[in-house]
Amino acid sequence: MIKVEHLTKTFGEIKAVRDVSFQVGTGEIFAFLGPNGAGKTTTIKMLTTLLRPTSGTIEIDGLDPAHQQNEVRKRFGIVFQDPSLDDELTAFENLDLHGALYHVPRKVRTERGESLLKLFELWDRRNDPVKQFSGGMRRRLEIARGLLHTPKVIFLDEPTLGLDPQTRNQLWAQVKKLNEEERVTVFLTTHYMDEADRVAHRVAIIDHGTIVAQGTPAELKQQTNSETLEQAFLALTGSSIRDEGADSNRDLRNMAAMWRGRK
Amino acid sequence: MTTIYILWLRQLKRYIRSKPRIIASLGQPLLYLFGFGFGFGPVFQKAGQGNYIQFLAPGMIGMTILFTSIFSGIELLFDRQFGFLKEMLVAPQPRLLLMIGRTLGGATTAIFQGTIVIVICVIAGFRPASLSALPMAFAFMVLVAILFTALGTTIACVLTDMQGFQMIMGFLIMPIFFLSGALFPLKGLPTAMQILTRIDPLTYGVDGLRGAMNGTSNFGMGFDLLVLGGIALVFMAIGARQFSRIEA
Repeated sequence: MIKVEHLTKTFGEIKAVRDVSFQVGTGEIFAFLGPNGAGKTTTIKMLTTLLRPTSGTIEIDGLDPAHQQNEVRKRFGIVFQDPSLDDELTAFENLDLHGALYHVPRKVRTERGESLLKLFELWDRRNDPVKQFSGGMRRRLEIARGLLHTPKVIFLDEPTLGLDPQTRNQLWAQVKKLNEEERVTVFLTTHYMDEADRVAHRVAIIDHGTIVAQGTPAELKQQTNSETLEQAFLALTGSSIRDEGADSNRDLRNMAAMWRGRK
Repeated sequence: MTTIYILWLRQLKRYIRSKPRIIASLGQPLLYLFGFGFGFGPVFQKAGQGNYIQFLAPGMIGMTILFTSIFSGIELLFDRQFGFLKEMLVAPQPRLLLMIGRTLGGATTAIFQGTIVIVICVIAGFRPASLSALPMAFAFMVLVAILFTALGTTIACVLTDMQGFQMIMGFLIMPIFFLSGALFPLKGLPTAMQILTRIDPLTYGVDGLRGAMNGTSNFGMGFDLLVLGGIALVFMAIGARQFSRIEA
């Protein structure tokens, strides 16, 4: 479903992603793990047409995101790291707007909207404005929205960040259910290694812009002689802390480079 | 078409649901209308220019539309801040349609706001020359609204956060308002002022509104329509271009 070869992205001096290659099969749940600033979000942005790769190739369902933008966009759903709902609109209106933007016929989007809202236990709150929702409810609504147009792949960029264990478990259970029922491919990132261990069929670990290991969670544990995926992760990426964003000037330069670097 | 409609509808819903904003944005025209209108009224009358409220009302309508539309354009910054912009940018839609939908939605709210101000002006004593002039006045309101929403959108594409907003307010929006002749007649001004007022797009909006509602146009309504229509098209094109360039 996703095929990435020798993918590289540079922002001015900074090499955010270098020579990354991996494949994700149809119906697979794939976890893309890495410390802060490792290049996860940059990779997702390239996969989802928001950034153009500096070099290398990407195929999503056989299409190239850099050149067949709209065709690719119809095929994936995405839940961003930061919220992206319209707070003033109700849950249902957010879904409906999304459906319209994705060319889903009105009847279909009403029906599918209903079943997704029920699955994510938001049906009773469908007519409440999103600004009254808790973090967990917003997350669920965003996932429901990302699935409304029946995409072939859904990208989940740290969907459980800041949620309590109950909400996280429930959310992954719902994602797994959809993965089994609809065969939707799931591409996720998370900092909770236990989640990746439980949910993902396969895992890739990225550090400093390059992939340092790939395989099933069991394989990675075996490879590093660890008991948990977290230990394996630390063994592969070291235990030093990444001071991302400690220097605001560097942040600004990165921002500026990103704005300039769009071509 | 669905795309334009759904984004237009979104702007409208956001407008109707934010009642504090509707009320707040009426404060300024009210202040000018009553403070200036009644304050300067006697002087204006003595200078032989007639009823000041009658003169001021089209200016207030123009001002309201200016502020509301620039603001709805700049609202794009909030969309960026609260993340909804990304949702629009990854949708399988041409950016042009997204921009048109947003702009028409913003313009519609500005026209609503302008209509409320017409009612307030009538309460304050303003009397349009004839009812048949109103459709023409409406045409000017539409053009002014589209023009400045597109300008607001362009500004929002260039700025990355609200920090720059004060600057835009002080160096762009307030001058556009003051130099438009909304508050004073444009005849007999010093040459420098005259040139500045001629560059200001709102000048032609206010002049057209005065032409339609009071029957006193400086440049002729046909000319006003032409200039406004032309500038609106140019601003839409620039806005669409800028919007197609932004990244999430």
